[in-house]
Amino acid sequence: MAEKLNKVFIDVEVDASVAGDTALAAKLEEVCPVNIFKAGSAGVEVVEENLDECVLCKLCLEAAPAGTVHVKKLYDDTELS
Amino acid sequence: MSILLNKDTTFIVQGITGREAVNLTRECLDYGSKVVGGVTPGRKGRDVHGVPVFDTVAQAVENHGGPIDGSVVTVPPAFTKDAVFEAILNGIKLIVIVTERIPRADVAQMVELAEMEGARIIGPNCLGLIVPGVCKMGGIGGPAKDAAKAYAPGPVGVMSRSGGMTTEISSSLTQAGLGVSTAVSIGGDAIIGSAYAELMPYFEADEETKAIVIYTEPGGRMEAQLSEWVKDNDSRLPIVAFMAGKFMDDEEMKGMSFGHAGTIVEGVEDTATEKIARLEAAGIRVVERIDEIPDAVKQKLGAAA
Amino acid sequence: MRFYEFEARKIVELAGIPVTKYGFCTSAEQARQAAEEIGGPVVVKSQVLSGGRMKAGGVKFADTSEEAAAHAEDILKLEINGQMPRGVLVDPKADVKQEYYASVVWDGTAKRPLMLFSDMGGIDIEEVAETHPDHVGRGHLANLFPIPDFEAKQTIAATGVTGSQLNRATPILARLARLFREYDMTLAEINPLAELTDGSFVALDAHMEMENEAVGRQKVLLRKQLEIAEDDTRETYEPSDFERNVAAIDAADHRGVIQGKDHGFSGNLGLVIGAGGGSLTLTDAVRSQGGKPANYSEIGGNPSVAKACGLAKEVLEKDGVEKIAVMMSIVSNTRVDIVARGVIKACLELGKDPGETIAIFRIPGAWEDEGFKILERYGVEYCDRSVSLWEAAGRAVAKVQGAAA
Repeated sequence: MAEKLNKVFIDVEVDASVAGDTALAAKLEEVCPVNIFKAGSAGVEVVEENLDECVLCKLCLEAAPAGTVHVKKLYDDTELS
Repeated sequence: MSILLNKDTTFIVQGITGREAVNLTRECLDYGSKVVGGVTPGRKGRDVHGVPVFDTVAQAVENHGGPIDGSVVTVPPAFTKDAVFEAILNGIKLIVIVTERIPRADVAQMVELAEMEGARIIGPNCLGLIVPGVCKMGGIGGPAKDAAKAYAPGPVGVMSRSGGMTTEISSSLTQAGLGVSTAVSIGGDAIIGSAYAELMPYFEADEETKAIVIYTEPGGRMEAQLSEWVKDNDSRLPIVAFMAGKFMDDEEMKGMSFGHAGTIVEGVEDTATEKIARLEAAGIRVVERIDEIPDAVKQKLGAAA
Repeated sequence: MRFYEFEARKIVELAGIPVTKYGFCTSAEQARQAAEEIGGPVVVKSQVLSGGRMKAGGVKFADTSEEAAAHAEDILKLEINGQMPRGVLVDPKADVKQEYYASVVWDGTAKRPLMLFSDMGGIDIEEVAETHPDHVGRGHLANLFPIPDFEAKQTIAATGVTGSQLNRATPILARLARLFREYDMTLAEINPLAELTDGSFVALDAHMEMENEAVGRQKVLLRKQLEIAEDDTRETYEPSDFERNVAAIDAADHRGVIQGKDHGFSGNLGLVIGAGGGSLTLTDAVRSQGGKPANYSEIGGNPSVAKACGLAKEVLEKDGVEKIAVMMSIVSNTRVDIVARGVIKACLELGKDPGETIAIFRIPGAWEDEGFKILERYGVEYCDRSVSLWEAAGRAVAKVQGAAA
């Protein structure tokens, strides 16, 4: 069986300024319908194997302070806004 | 103008708080349909996209202040029969059953009650029906903007055993400049509330409908029933049919069902080959290719004019 | 769901219909004991879910218990139409005066169960209906009301049967009708229903099929009374690895639905197609234009990227598959971009170039603009609704044949 690839179509980055915010982490974990975010002890964790399941719903963008969560569409080199 | 639905048709959604039902409600509202209530037992007092939710159909009727025309039923299979009985016995006359995998005995009971009470059932295992630009009842065509792209008003009535193919075919009619009067996804099960022949009288009575397109599959006898209806009633409407699943006639496919539960071939009469012969004997044009439908309709309309 | 004869007999018995004193056996020794208990001549019948047992040598007569054991030994080893028997049924050889036929089926047009009765039993009912229509009685049943005996009586009387035969057969047909409804059968058949020389009626063979959708609510009959295991699903054929793997991928993730079948398919063009009606239309379109599908599949209900990827991978890994065609009728729920991601990922994970491997991508509808961007990035040929399902299938066939040439 061939290896599984992640981050082929979508990448998500959370600015360092808010990544350590555990309350935000919990919120992101709750809003994302495809479990891309996980609330860890040190704040927001990005679950790599779920990145490509992103449905571009923007709920994470709305949940976080403006401009701190970046959803990158690797297939057209644009960022979701 | 249309069959079964018009701009004033009111309906409720039973099982409205379910994931698919929430989407469907949004789509119908955006399309201009009058969704006047929803029912999910135990969820009274909530709202779904502004539509009030009730525990019972009776409450929805009371809140509306008069009879409600229709209901879209999206509850799980084990509860569908009860939901449909509730709708019928609260005076609802048009019921679209979206749910799939309902045992035949339950469907047959619902149909029998509907007959007794003068109600009509569309489905189960269907996406509902749409009158382009006026009203849609069910998930047919998807979000309002997608439905608008596929369905333009026109002279062709569409009936299909496949929900997706209802839109595929209607879209090809729209692209060809023909358009659709009413499109009905009749459902893919072995027993359904309204087969082709049972909807033909409505299309026959609708002055705007000038031709009919049906999408059909192996399994069941509803094409034979349509052929008989056409012969017995001297129908004014030319019919173009498309038969999918011809590969199922192969020897090694015997006894298998593909696509929909209703495609199981239980006798020689159920095969694609046999059905095509029957339809053609009744003067129904059966096209070989899906993309021949619009031209075949144009030919029929031209011949009729 | 189909039942073995020994189970069908049990169902008939539970409904109060007389049967002979039969024994279900899984060894020659059990068969010898059963024959001894019965005493006298017996019939040993293979228990397979297939017709044509008699022709295949799966039904044999024995005068002694030793002979019955020997027959059982042979029959238990005999494969019939690709199936090994579950066991044998040892039945007394009945003194039959007359054979009848009784069954209940669904009439999908009338939307009611239909009783069929004939005084020409033991042979194919369709043949009787054709050659001797006056020997077949028919009667529809209501769905919402109790089934009265007189409806069975009318059906039987229509064949000209009268006298004590009518009175003996009536409750049997009525009970068969009731069990049909109570147990969600799609077929309940007794053939032959035998009148013995002493005037009594017994079900000598029975055939039952239950609707798959109703299996969940018939647990008492299936698990308790018939002791059929949950995983004993009675497929009409053994599923292939491909079919099993696709079913496992589907079951592992609740998002969307995928199905795959390759029974009867062995071509070089893999099909990742949907949904129900679209898949039927597309499979025909590929074959009619000279293409050789490697499989049948269905995508629906908005599957996850992982699920679409899983299906595409299974198709790509089938022997002989050179390219895949990804095609659906216009989608309104399933998303074009999600399916596009899934099938491209399948290619990449298997080390294949998506632009080479995907012969055509024709899925118009929800999120198509986003989907088309992805396809463009990977050089995959795609088309929108202006290209018909027929034409898209034709392009895929031309490509795979061009590559093979």
